[in-house]
Amino acid sequence: MMIEMEHVAFSYGTRPAIRDVSLTLETGIFYGILGPNGCGKTTLVDILIRHQRPDAGIVRYQGKPLAHYHRRQIAREIALVPQHYAVNFPFTSREIILMGCYPHLSRLQFPTAEDQRRVDNIMAQTGVQEFGNRLISELSGGERQRVIFARALAQNTPVLILDEATSNLDIAHAISLLSLALDRVLQEGVTVIAVMQDINLAALFCQHLILMKQGRVVHSGPCSETLTESNIHSIFQVRSRVYEDSYAHSRQVVFNRTSHLG
Amino acid sequence: MSIQRFFRSARFQALWLSLLLATLIVVSSGMGYMHIHFFDVLKIVLAKLSGIQSLTDGVNRLFPVVITEVRLPRILTSAAVGAGLALSGVVFQGILLNPLADPYTLGVSAGAALGASLALWLNISAWGMWSVPLLAFAGAALTLLAVIYLASSSSGLSSGDLILSGIIVSAILSAGVSFIKYMADEQVGVIIFWLMGSFASKTWADVWLTLAVLILGAGVSMYFSRELNVMALGSRTAASLGVDIRKVRLILLITASLVAAVCVSVSGIIGFVGLLVPHIMRTICGPDNQRLIPVSVLAGACLLLAADTLTRAVLPHEIPIGVLTALIGGPFFCYIYRKRQISGAHDD
Repeated sequence: MMIEMEHVAFSYGTRPAIRDVSLTLETGIFYGILGPNGCGKTTLVDILIRHQRPDAGIVRYQGKPLAHYHRRQIAREIALVPQHYAVNFPFTSREIILMGCYPHLSRLQFPTAEDQRRVDNIMAQTGVQEFGNRLISELSGGERQRVIFARALAQNTPVLILDEATSNLDIAHAISLLSLALDRVLQEGVTVIAVMQDINLAALFCQHLILMKQGRVVHSGPCSETLTESNIHSIFQVRSRVYEDSYAHSRQVVFNRTSHLG
Repeated sequence: MSIQRFFRSARFQALWLSLLLATLIVVSSGMGYMHIHFFDVLKIVLAKLSGIQSLTDGVNRLFPVVITEVRLPRILTSAAVGAGLALSGVVFQGILLNPLADPYTLGVSAGAALGASLALWLNISAWGMWSVPLLAFAGAALTLLAVIYLASSSSGLSSGDLILSGIIVSAILSAGVSFIKYMADEQVGVIIFWLMGSFASKTWADVWLTLAVLILGAGVSMYFSRELNVMALGSRTAASLGVDIRKVRLILLITASLVAAVCVSVSGIIGFVGLLVPHIMRTICGPDNQRLIPVSVLAGACLLLAADTLTRAVLPHEIPIGVLTALIGGPFFCYIYRKRQISGAHDD
């Protein structure tokens, strides 16, 4: 197993964000984390990248406590595509993507020709090569998000975390980005952990869903077991209909205008 | 590397800025009340550096004294202070994620001003000529501690909190300075003169002090330049790229404040250099701090040296350097800022 969380808890001051979460994440699986706003999804991600340290419990990566890793070691293992990406200075897209190589380089080392080639490949795959030399501040929101995604791929890690990475993208770009992530899972055995808002996109790509509510993991399992009308009702307080869609080749969820009335 | 790329590269920028700085130092040494020929200055400097006194044969005997004891200390101090202000500007802008931050955003200058005003008002002379700089430095350091204390929360130091705390503390300290000016009868002229900044009557001790702190500061900043780049992507991304943001932010904050505090304590308050130089250099060679830091340091040195020479040797009356930089730099900055607003290339 790749990542284990045991009885992890975290609070912002007196406000608990994560309460007693225990999870085991295996290698080479596309995980989706779903839950209402403020349920602790982002905090969970912050704990995984060690941006926050849990108040209680332990997180293990490859059997070793995450706290025993050096930060740069973690950066070589886990990459993050955040939802909010304010780039405050006029870097070019390519400069930003090259920053993904930093965790693999010592201070005095510059990216090698091989790094440059790898970055070229990633830029071609993510469709950002045509604005490689443009400033990040001149790009549209969707273009920027793809650059940030390419930056995370350049980090070349066995674990990739997408924190609502597709929320600002149109459907075509969202699907293309998630497919790229899925390709990595199927071809290279990368583990993807995607925090998502869109239940149907999650159902389309994720092999395993983790449903969260009020800082706890309420359900965790394959989509076929976790994506049910009763689970969606208990998590989001909405009525819905879940069915196997022959076009999507996955479960899909539909709502109606009075779904929110419970 | 192609010729074209070389001309745009940071190495080339650093090269011509170094040459410019060296030329400026020599040329400005010749300028002033007593005009000294360019080659005579070179001879005097070479004689001093090499120890071969025969090089200065045939040169007016007063000239070496004027150059080495009067002009060079002032010139080198102004260059080092310019470099230091630009360095702390780059670093503050990088940490605070704000292209409009400068050494004074965090109240460092206001703290130094209060310390110096106190020393001048109460005529504190316990440490001789170092009394005013020491109290100015203490004021700057205490202000920084207060600002960090105010801004720190359980989730670390956020840039917005730091800027807000800096503004609050600055406002209080400025009121303190005004109070001292009001209370100080005949000292008020001295205080006002110090606050406006000056490089007049600087000594070699000032040169070595600023130069030492500058080299230390530049070294630390270069060491963390990659972290500073990554921090521009936001704290979560920086953390995911292996940067210990709290540690790096604190180290760089202290380094940049130390450099700024020493600069202010040596020369008084000189605005706009720390704001303007990194800003211009960023448009020329990009925001990558590995290039931006060395280039800004050199450009800052050139700029402040040129400005000080202007007020010392060109203008009919010496204008306080802080007033000059604000008078020239302020409108120029407005122009750049407005251009940026119109082009729409600002961040949202």
